[in-house]
Amino acid sequence: MNQKTTEAIKELLYKMADDLLIIGHRNSEWTGLGPILEEDISFSSMAQDKIGQAQALYVLLNDLGEQEPDTVAFMRNANQFHNSQLVELPNGEYDFSLVRHFLFDHADQLRFESVANSNYEPLAKVARKVKGELKYHVFHANTWFVKLGSANEESHNRMQAAFNEAWNYALGMFEPSKNEYLLIAEGIFEGEETLQEKWLANITPFIIKAGISIPSSETWNPVYGGRVGKHTKHLSPLVEEMSEVFRYDPTAEW
Amino acid sequence: MIKSLDPRITRAEINLENTIEPLRDLDQWETYEVFHQKKRGDQHMHVGIVHAPNAEMAFIFAKEQFGRRGLSVNIWVVKTRDVYVSDYEDSDIYETVPEKNYREAGGYKVMDKINKFKKGL
Repeated sequence: MNQKTTEAIKELLYKMADDLLIIGHRNSEWTGLGPILEEDISFSSMAQDKIGQAQALYVLLNDLGEQEPDTVAFMRNANQFHNSQLVELPNGEYDFSLVRHFLFDHADQLRFESVANSNYEPLAKVARKVKGELKYHVFHANTWFVKLGSANEESHNRMQAAFNEAWNYALGMFEPSKNEYLLIAEGIFEGEETLQEKWLANITPFIIKAGISIPSSETWNPVYGGRVGKHTKHLSPLVEEMSEVFRYDPTAEW
Repeated sequence: MIKSLDPRITRAEINLENTIEPLRDLDQWETYEVFHQKKRGDQHMHVGIVHAPNAEMAFIFAKEQFGRRGLSVNIWVVKTRDVYVSDYEDSDIYETVPEKNYREAGGYKVMDKINKFKKGL
């Protein structure tokens, strides 16, 4: 593999891993505060899955010459993260967290599906391993999204408002990366544009079923920047809180 | 406001003056009984209950509650109120008069006959 392709793979791995680490951390903030016990456990358990998936990707980055997974996760500053801005936004009420879970997890599942047949075998292997987890996450998201979107007036209005708030950030997940043409050419990843098309096709039936309206396309204004380290003011405090214990003594054994 | 070492609790701005409100309708969903199967062909075993507003949500909760550790291939969820439950006061219906040993396998002394048959060979 030549140097340029390696850089392109790292770019892909960083955005996938950082998305998962940050949304995993955000979702874990619900632990103990979830709406009911059973959902609290399910949502927390999925948050743990996401951290585990992030870790598997940081291991691949480590194999490509990046720092140790813990160092990468806990010792960077906010502007060194490549996650989309969608995942760093505060949890808000449970409606927003569920809508984000729905929009993100569909994209995440497709991203992993896309690399499951990748010519970069280590990533393909991780993708095949997490397939079952992702299937459950998406099933969980669909169930809640459709149920609350169509339950009663209050739940519908809340879901619609959360959806409108999340939409442009969700489009920002598909920010093109400068080296992705290499990955497309080498059969490693199909690219953000294709991914977004597939994502729209996958989420639309559930959106219709939930009775939610997608903002009209002339108002679409994807929030880009996250992939190149531009973030909202919310990421820095998150990173600080997430890495507080690790940074207290980076050499400690756990 | 509660100030906690856990920053999430502090952020939640929980007012200590809040009185506990009585339960309202829809505060609690109904319960579903969960049956879990370890591997294909095994019997589904009753493992517990979950609260849920419908069967699909009962399943997504049951999966994490009871299916995330060890082996799992399948889960059934059944509305608790759809389960017919016998009365403990009627436990005596399971007792039976001991003299009816003709109804028990042990009531038949066949070994003598078998041994006799074997010797006859």
